[in-house]
This record gives sequence, C-alpha cells and structure tokens, in this order.
Amino acid sequence: MAGALINVPERARRGEIVEIKTLISHPMETGYRRNQSGARVERDIVRLFVCTYNGAEVFRAELHPAIAANPFIVFSTIATESGTLSFQWTGDNGFSVTESAAITVD
Amino acid sequence: MAPRWGLGALIVLSLAAAAVAGEIPRAERRSGYEFMSRETRAMQDDDTANPAMLWVLEGEALWKAKAGSAGRACTDCHGDARTTMKGVAARHPAFDPARGRPISLEQRISACRVDRQGGPPLAYESRELMALTAFVARQSRGLPVDPAMDARTQPFLDAGRATFHRRQGQLNLSCSQCHDDHWGRQLAGNVIPQAHPTGYPLYRLEWQGMGSLQRRLRNCLTGIRAEPYEYGAPELVDLELYLMSRAAGMKMDAPAVRP
Repeated sequence: MAGALINVPERARRGEIVEIKTLISHPMETGYRRNQSGARVERDIVRLFVCTYNGAEVFRAELHPAIAANPFIVFSTIATESGTLSFQWTGDNGFSVTESAAITVD
Repeated sequence: MAPRWGLGALIVLSLAAAAVAGEIPRAERRSGYEFMSRETRAMQDDDTANPAMLWVLEGEALWKAKAGSAGRACTDCHGDARTTMKGVAARHPAFDPARGRPISLEQRISACRVDRQGGPPLAYESRELMALTAFVARQSRGLPVDPAMDARTQPFLDAGRATFHRRQGQLNLSCSQCHDDHWGRQLAGNVIPQAHPTGYPLYRLEWQGMGSLQRRLRNCLTGIRAEPYEYGAPELVDLELYLMSRAAGMKMDAPAVRP
C-alpha cells in the first residue's frame, strides 16, 4: 500500500510560519540485511522527498538507508498565498507517491 | 524458647507474603503509555504522527472492499464501523460458541473472512489482518477494557492466570515475577511495564511495524528463553483473556505506539 498522512493547517495568516507534518508508509529496507537463507535483501528505500507550494519548491530531503520505516518528515514554510502544497516521495523500485493539500491564506 | 519460635514463624510468614505478592492493586495500575518517554507519547497522541494510523487508513479501505467468494464487504453486514465496532476490541478475546472457547480479535476477523465472506483465512500478523484489526480497535479508543466474564469463559481465564504465574523457560521465570512484582524497575535499558494490553494492535518502534498482542507475548517468551506458543495457540488466547481481565476498566488507547 502507499498510504500517506499529511497535516497542513487549513488556514493561516499571510507571513505566518506554518508547520507541515508528513508520514508515509514505506518499509525502508536498508539493503544490508540478510534473510534466513543468507541472501541479501535488496535495498528498497525512499530516496527523495520534495514539497512544492503553488509549483515552487519549498522543501527537499534526501533519504538514506539508516532512516527508519515509515519516514515522518516535519518542516515549516511561510504562508504566502492561498493554494496547493504538493508532496512527492520517490524511491527504489519505481516507488512514487504524490499527495496534495490546500491552504487558505488570509 | 517461645519467643524464638515466634520470630521464626514471623520470618516464615513474611517470606510467604513476599512469594505471593501477586496482583497489582487497582489504584496502582498504570498503562504502558505512562512508562513511555515524552517523545513517544507525543507520537502516539498525534494522529498525523502515529504510524499506526497508516494501518487504520488501510483497514478502513479494506473494511469497504468486497472480498471472498461471497463478494461481500465487512460494511455490507456491519455497516459503519464507527458505531458497530465501538467497544468490540475492548471485550475481546470473547467466547465463540462455534468453537466452544474464547477467540482473539484477530481470530474473529479472520473467521468472519472465512465463514461470511468465503475467502481464505487471513494469516497471523499479515498486513491485511493488522490493518483490519487496527481499524476495528481504533473504534474502542478511550473506552474501558470490558472483558465478558461468565461461566463459559471462567475455565479459560483460570488457565490464562495459571500460565501467567507458571515459571517457564531456561530462565525459569513467570510473567508475574516481572510484571506483578517488579514493574517500574529496569530490565537492561527498559522499564518493566505492568503488562496491560490496552493499546493492541500497536506500532512498536523496535518492530518498525504493527503487531498483535500475541506477537508481544511470543517476544516475552523468547526473552525468558521459553519455547513460544504458536500464533493462535489456546495458551496465548487464554493469556490474552487473563491480561484483559487484569486490565478491566482501564482506558483503551489502541492503536498505540510503544518503544
């Protein structure tokens, strides 16, 4: 499954710093583990997380094998105008999830 | 002579009292939540930070999806889980007349999948079963643990209590010796909780995933170097039943986060 939980305030004042929380379902298999028969378990991680605000990139994070399963990423941005925040996670094995959330700026 | 005899009897009596330290008084019962760090509590309290909510979301989708040869979804019989599943997790394991014994919530869901939906049984600890169980358990959050106690469940409750107090494994420990007698103290880097199953199924940081109470019990058994019972074994369900009766009245916080 590719579920994601996103928490963006629905309304904000112009110029206000808003906190954005994202949680994505992903096993984050490191690629260093071995299974019971000794074979290496292929790496399967999220490599990149990007957040854009009305098309402009406001946050980007590169993820690495030491990050736990179901990465929880929290960051902040300045509420400049009403519009859409979109979130994209991309990773190994063609993993790609896109979500979006609306924000109204008064 | 008489005074010395009295002292000996007193020592014997006080040793006996220590040996049967036994159950935790109601007023001193504490959920595993209270032993957690501030950070882990914050993770559980915020539904957008609690990773268990990913399973709840998935469970909600599965609840509405048609499955099995009957082509029926959970919702076709049970309707809106928010009302029909309220308190269900708080009273499991519950007696199942068809089997003549109590069954766990996971077993109930899997049985429903086989008997009513005509599908294959859901494997223990599978993502699908954990998702459905988490979704059902979520509807009991905040409600008191309320195991159904009657003449039919009594023998199984007694069996669960006996298992809880029986020493086993290479370390020759009983559950009770840690969780009744030494709760709140350290076991290596961890605090020993009182073993109240208020939050299951739960997201354990150590597992990096969702697990059932039976998975936790099997972990504990491995920890005392006993041979763990198989998933769904009567011993595990009886233990679940006893633990729920021990936690009767405490608030459910499923799906919880634990370290």
